[in-house]
Amino acid sequence: MLTKRIIPCLDVDDGRVVKGVNFVNIVDAGDPVELAKIYNNEGADELVFLDITASSDNRKIMIDIVKKVAKKVFIPFTVGGGIRTIEDIKNNLIAGADKIAINTSAVKNPQLIKRGASMFGSQCIVVAIDAKKQGNSWEVFINGGRTATRINVYDWVQKVVQLGAGEILLTSMDRDGTKDGYDIELTKKISENVSVPVIASGGAGSLQDFAQIFNDGKADGALAASLFHYDELKIADLKQYLLQSQIPMRIT
Amino acid sequence: MITIVDYGLGNLGSIKNAFDKLNINSVISSSAKEIEKATGIIFPGVGAAGAGMKNLREMGLDEIIESLIRVEKPLLGICLGMQLFMSFSEEGNVNCLNLINGNVRRFNTKFKVPQTGWNQVKKNRASKLLKGINNNSNFYFVNSYYCDPFDKKIVKGVTEYGQTFCSVFEKKNIFGVQFHPEKSGENGSQLLKNFTDIVYENTTCS
Repeated sequence: MLTKRIIPCLDVDDGRVVKGVNFVNIVDAGDPVELAKIYNNEGADELVFLDITASSDNRKIMIDIVKKVAKKVFIPFTVGGGIRTIEDIKNNLIAGADKIAINTSAVKNPQLIKRGASMFGSQCIVVAIDAKKQGNSWEVFINGGRTATRINVYDWVQKVVQLGAGEILLTSMDRDGTKDGYDIELTKKISENVSVPVIASGGAGSLQDFAQIFNDGKADGALAASLFHYDELKIADLKQYLLQSQIPMRIT
Repeated sequence: MITIVDYGLGNLGSIKNAFDKLNINSVISSSAKEIEKATGIIFPGVGAAGAGMKNLREMGLDEIIESLIRVEKPLLGICLGMQLFMSFSEEGNVNCLNLINGNVRRFNTKFKVPQTGWNQVKKNRASKLLKGINNNSNFYFVNSYYCDPFDKKIVKGVTEYGQTFCSVFEKKNIFGVQFHPEKSGENGSQLLKNFTDIVYENTTCS
């Protein structure tokens, strides 16, 4: 039986993990390479690395870090942020990424999904979507949540899957950073209507939130950042809890 | 030397990283000459069967692999690499290398396809590759198709995904795994180590 995935996310800015880092900690928790190693050893099922500034200036730095992180993780590794071209995808894959997340570029240039999937396989093209509730539906936002697109999330998901996306990383902007729980309604609606896995993101605050996003939200994976960086939740403890809640988990 | 065959498809860097971690020398190569000299061969692959076979033929690697089989060099196919060992693939209806009799079939299930994530391998026969790995251990899978060998005796591990499918086979020097050992944490490392042991055991004996 396929297990549900627990996925820590490293938001990296200028070579440092920027979200939820406890700087007074003795261990330098701000180093993405060190954190990646810890999560790999603690039983994370996958790792996501997002370069949130993603300017072309520090692109080279990012590739170097991707390479270093890739040497420390022996679990699937997704890289995103500032991916604009087939060349960007290729360079990150060579650096050791297994999957590439595209967000803004996918909206601006949907053919990137199609070309990426046909060259490297759908399994390696993850479309990341930042969704914000507007009335009774959700709207796609780009540029790190700064720009509205008027595109309906549900329609967009259907389109990206048709173009060849192999996975959806779905972030609720309304829940992001609130610790009020994942957006169950949004995730369920998307997950039940697409043929590819959906990773829920935004809002994780407790053990119960994870159980709920799998049971009610029908997510295939659950992503969290600050909860893990701050050490508020240990991956091993979370997995034990979920296993006891009858949710299939990989225990290492 | 363990040689990772580069035929234009696959996450070769990840496989190399996994061997580096184990302090096992490996090299990535697309050169027929270099591949011929290998002690053991890793045949990776992600992507489509049609593109894979086309690349192999264009690079002349299909014949090299057949010659390596004749001299019984250990060969490990990973994911699409495993599937290309079979006679025929339903993916694009292509003829494959025919090293193992049988077909590659598409999942027929209500579950999401491709299967993406960690799933268990049930050991159903004594296996060299799975030595020291617990029954029902988790490995990372990404696949829409699976191998269905005619000779069921070569099936050493099976996995459930709406149906039971062959996830590990071993026939003499030909080994195949449907999952990605290079992405499967400690269990995957152990499997690659086991393959390496098979490779060097082979060398000393012959």
